[in-house]
Amino acid sequence: MYDKGKIIPGLIVFVLIAVSPIIYNRGNAGHVPNPEKPKNAKECVRPVAEMRESHMQMVIDWRTDVIRDNGAREAVTAGGVKYVRSLQLGCMKCHTSKQKFCDECHKYASVEPYCWDCHIAPEEKD
Amino acid sequence: MDIKRRKFLKLAGLSAVAGIGAPSAFNMLLRGEARAAEGSEHGEEGHKAAGRGKERLGLVINVRKFASNKGLAGKCIKACHTIHNVPNYGNKKDEIKWIWVESYEHAFPEHSQYHRNETLEQLPIMTMCNHCDNPPCVRACPTQATFVNKKNGIVMMDYHRCIGCRFCMAACPYGARSFNWRNPREKDSRGRLKFIEHLNNDYPCRMRGVVEKCTLCVERIARGMIPACVAATGNTGAMVFGDLNDPNSEISRVLSENFTIQRKPAAGTHPSLFYII
Repeated sequence: MYDKGKIIPGLIVFVLIAVSPIIYNRGNAGHVPNPEKPKNAKECVRPVAEMRESHMQMVIDWRTDVIRDNGAREAVTAGGVKYVRSLQLGCMKCHTSKQKFCDECHKYASVEPYCWDCHIAPEEKD
Repeated sequence: MDIKRRKFLKLAGLSAVAGIGAPSAFNMLLRGEARAAEGSEHGEEGHKAAGRGKERLGLVINVRKFASNKGLAGKCIKACHTIHNVPNYGNKKDEIKWIWVESYEHAFPEHSQYHRNETLEQLPIMTMCNHCDNPPCVRACPTQATFVNKKNGIVMMDYHRCIGCRFCMAACPYGARSFNWRNPREKDSRGRLKFIEHLNNDYPCRMRGVVEKCTLCVERIARGMIPACVAATGNTGAMVFGDLNDPNSEISRVLSENFTIQRKPAAGTHPSLFYII
């Protein structure tokens, strides 16, 4: 092999640079989303796992049911707490901060739902 | 006869195919046409009945009451536009309106304007979405973003589905629909809303690129309240709200006791708004 003395060190340097981010961040999972739970409520409208997985489908179903099929605007949780099936009048009454709740995961997952193009988020206190 | 056997057979075959196919094709087309022409299921009942059955919410607007009480129209508009976060851009081009005052000649252009009573010209005609029983906007909408509520006949909007094509605006004979040319929640350099004076946090805004209109306060009606404009008139009787299909409702009584007119009845839209001039 010609130029062995240059190629092999060059390859080693290249591999080191390429894996440097992995070495640098070893043992660190990065920022983990930690949405703030409401203080004044113990349960959500559905079990937490279900909410995590399909809250987006649920709000779409609420919308269709309420405005198109004359569904009930209010419902009751398993624990007997009355809630409004609405983003602004329901969800955000317990989850009072969009930044500390919604954005926490949405930013992590890099999704940009267009809810807030029209809906009004509660005022952030800080 | 110099027709060849081969040509004759070809012609005969084609004629047979056309003969069999044509009637069914015609039927298909005709059926579609008929359904489009039928529109609502009114038949000869005209404006009297709503084909959809149960409930049909409507309004009677007593224009004389608005004329004698000068500030009343403004109060209604303010009540509606504040509750629904309707922006005020201050120019006609971008204007968003759910409820507004129209002149007599613009509201009722088909009525004779020749030698018209002078007081008519001064009349403030409160106008808004007519919540037609046969709404042309609904037929024009390609995404079913606007639709008739099956229960009470309100012509509703689902802004999530609106793609901003504005077919509905072209279809509406009353100009009751407004397009959001810009973001209603635009902010100035100090971070304050430029076009919405006081944001109602219990009701959403709209975004740039959707069409909006009066929804007859469907969110209030669902909670057992009356529309905001009607509430703003108080007990003046300038606006009466109720079920047109219920013979015992107040609105039915008012309609039976007064001579009322509707906007552009010839358009065949069957409006649910009635005017006492």
